[in-house]
Amino acid sequence: MSLKIDQDHSRFRGIVRGRIRQNLRKYISQGELIGRKGKDVVSIPIPQIDIPRFRFGDKQQGGTGQGQGEPGDPVGGEPGDEPGEGRQAGEGAGEHLLEVDVTLDELAAILGEELELPDIRDKGKSKIINEKDRYTGVRRVGPESLRHFRRTYREALKRQISMGAYAKDRPLIVPIPDDKRYRSWKTEAEPVANAVIIYMMDVSGSMGDEQKEIVRIESFWIDAWLQRQYKGLESRYIIHDAMAREVDRDTFFHTRESGGTMISSAYKLCAQLIDDHYPPEEWNIYPFHFSDGDNWSMDDTMACVELIKQKILPRVNMFAYGQVESPYGSGQFIKDLRDHFSKDGRVVTSEIRDKDAIVGSIKDFLGKGN
Amino acid sequence: MSEFALKTALPAYLRAEQERIQKVAAEQGLDFFPIVFEILTYDQMNEIAAYGGFPNRFPHWRFGMEYERLSKSYEYGLSKIYEMVINNNPSYAYLLEGNSLVDQKLVMAHVCGHVDFFKNNFAFRSTDLDTGGTTTDPVARRKDYDPNRRWIDKMANHGSRIRRHVARQGINKIEEFIDHCLSLENLIDPHAAFRGRPVRPDPDAEEKATEIPRLRAKDYMESFINPEEYLEQQRKKIEAEKEKAKKFPEKPERDVLKWLLDHAPLERWEHDVLEVVREEAYYFVPQMQTKIMNEGWATYWHSRLMTEKILDASEIIDYADNAAGVLATAKGQLNPYKLGVELFRNVEERWDRGQFGKEWEDCDDLDAKKNWNLRLGLGKKKIFEVRALYNDVTFIDEFLTPDFCRDHKLFSFSWSNRNERYEIETREFKQVKEKLLFQLTNAGSPFIYVEDANFENRGELLLKHDHQGLDLRVDYAREVMKSLVRIWKRPVNLNTIGEGKPMMMRFDGREHTTRHLRKE
Repeated sequence: MSLKIDQDHSRFRGIVRGRIRQNLRKYISQGELIGRKGKDVVSIPIPQIDIPRFRFGDKQQGGTGQGQGEPGDPVGGEPGDEPGEGRQAGEGAGEHLLEVDVTLDELAAILGEELELPDIRDKGKSKIINEKDRYTGVRRVGPESLRHFRRTYREALKRQISMGAYAKDRPLIVPIPDDKRYRSWKTEAEPVANAVIIYMMDVSGSMGDEQKEIVRIESFWIDAWLQRQYKGLESRYIIHDAMAREVDRDTFFHTRESGGTMISSAYKLCAQLIDDHYPPEEWNIYPFHFSDGDNWSMDDTMACVELIKQKILPRVNMFAYGQVESPYGSGQFIKDLRDHFSKDGRVVTSEIRDKDAIVGSIKDFLGKGN
Repeated sequence: MSEFALKTALPAYLRAEQERIQKVAAEQGLDFFPIVFEILTYDQMNEIAAYGGFPNRFPHWRFGMEYERLSKSYEYGLSKIYEMVINNNPSYAYLLEGNSLVDQKLVMAHVCGHVDFFKNNFAFRSTDLDTGGTTTDPVARRKDYDPNRRWIDKMANHGSRIRRHVARQGINKIEEFIDHCLSLENLIDPHAAFRGRPVRPDPDAEEKATEIPRLRAKDYMESFINPEEYLEQQRKKIEAEKEKAKKFPEKPERDVLKWLLDHAPLERWEHDVLEVVREEAYYFVPQMQTKIMNEGWATYWHSRLMTEKILDASEIIDYADNAAGVLATAKGQLNPYKLGVELFRNVEERWDRGQFGKEWEDCDDLDAKKNWNLRLGLGKKKIFEVRALYNDVTFIDEFLTPDFCRDHKLFSFSWSNRNERYEIETREFKQVKEKLLFQLTNAGSPFIYVEDANFENRGELLLKHDHQGLDLRVDYAREVMKSLVRIWKRPVNLNTIGEGKPMMMRFDGREHTTRHLRKE
């Protein structure tokens, strides 16, 4: 039976979706989402929509309760929990958190809509299909190496029993060619991962937890967006101080080194990675580099510029550099990059001052549709 | 009547139980409307609960939100609705499919208590449709009292009225307007039904010349006792009074919604929507006014009926388990079921033992008080009287005693800024009672009046918040003022007090302003 409430419910969901959109910036900055990321669903806690009424300020009011305790003891329950009394059901007090499940895809759609991100132009590289064999069935002919022993035995047993050739006290089973069964396979086409994001991050002493949190949140949204654009998406992670090395995602976000900073080391490794694994004819390549903009020396900065020009830019869709503000960094690097690449649309730079600036910088990075 | 009626009738064994339970309830003196039980799946239960008990209500996302909350908390196993009963004649009550037999019996007994309360408590007289929502004498009633309370039909009519407007105007337009109306839902006068009809001045009466009262005097003394200047002064005073009486409204009006319906420049559909919202708001008033009593009374009766008459030995553990859940006080919160039932029991005991009246009050001897028992046996009579003539406020005011407060460990709490949490404030009887009464008064909402509908002679609306110690939440108040402007179509002013200073909030359709007033 279809319920009458369905209509009202879908209205509510629609409003909630609208609400998510309005408040999207807030949710991004809170960075709450990532902690709640499931397999493909993101739970977004949203407050129930409170219909405004004339009412008293929350905390002034207090109330009455029942139970143990001396004056001055906390009233049971979570802090901020409002113990209520005599309220009508549904006349709920305060903000109830309601979790709304949004698929990653939907979330990316909302993100794209909100930030007016253009879809990424297809470079004609996304058609590559891999063929893969999967063993799915059994058939009567095939090479001996694929003989299915158990099925063959069973067939032989069945035949011998039905022919009366099976003796209980001497259970000898001899298969004849007709009994033989072989594994068979199907060839399936599957799309190859055709885009790769190479995240690079400065983990030198000047990058604090707050800076890393910003990178973490930003990379989540970049992932979400590119995931929507490409069928298969790979991510690689490089950390560097004076040396660079490739790490897994977890290490990437939790490593803290103390050394100096040689950005060129990361770019070298990045170029190496592309050389070894990602031929540019087949891959859409997105290197993202985050740092606080403090490089070891001007010489190294010049080396970086050369690396980008010679080794990286010719092979990638875009090169993105995000500079997070830290109390220690000079922030010089972004200026140097801008000096050299101000005319090249493929190099995108963005300054991320604090969490609230994340949204703007995502727009900087992805707004060009490269 | 209900669309589920055919599919949801009780199976035979539950019908038999219903007959048995109603029989023993009636023997105990309960007097209820006919009760129609229906049995619902949890989905149907959540839907009907989301609609406040009415299967056919007007469409609005708020009910969808409530549905989502209910079904999510059911799915996560946080809560489930055992029963629901509608103040209607006949009363409809819903049972949840799949509950155990003991639970169903408990719910039926509980429902008998509620329906008795609906029928007999004076506050619910305001929901009698045949007296037009007004009763002159809420207490007296005839023996064959059988009022028209077909609210299920009425709400369904409201639903189709609104649906018709939706069909004409589009859902977005109507829903947006309903949002505004719901913001004003609590701006009604909970006692409206008992105010009687307003006395209208006779329109045919001739207007008399202003008559100035004179002091009696002999002719030759007249000019001394009633000198010309004095008469002039009196005349001015009277005319000023008359001028004041022309104020609009004459007296501050509590029923803001009624005022808007009568005087705001509304289109027909807007009028219709606002009227529906207001009527439904009034329907729910008595339930808010008697939450503690109503639940207490129903709990009192289910526990007596179940333990004395209905249960057999094999069911007692299940029953006790469930009843304990109903009466549990979690995390120091007041549970209306528990507070209500304990107060009723306390009243019954006190009147049985004669622990009331002057002699009892005057007695200082603790020992004597403890063993005080006049064996009057008036308890049962008293609680039946109480269930008819009180609401939560008067019930607590009259029957909450210091002894009860102490025995049941009541306390009041307040927010501590220093520790950022709610803390127990005191266990002093007087303060606890005061706070409890404050929470119950006007359902915990602020008092708002229409003060002047032609404020500053500019056709602006002036509302006054009768400040009783608590400030309004400013962000909410601003939103509500937007809704008021939407309906009044002219700027709206609100006279209130914030942080001890009188102030005037104003919304002119574009921006909010706040102006501090000098203390009068």
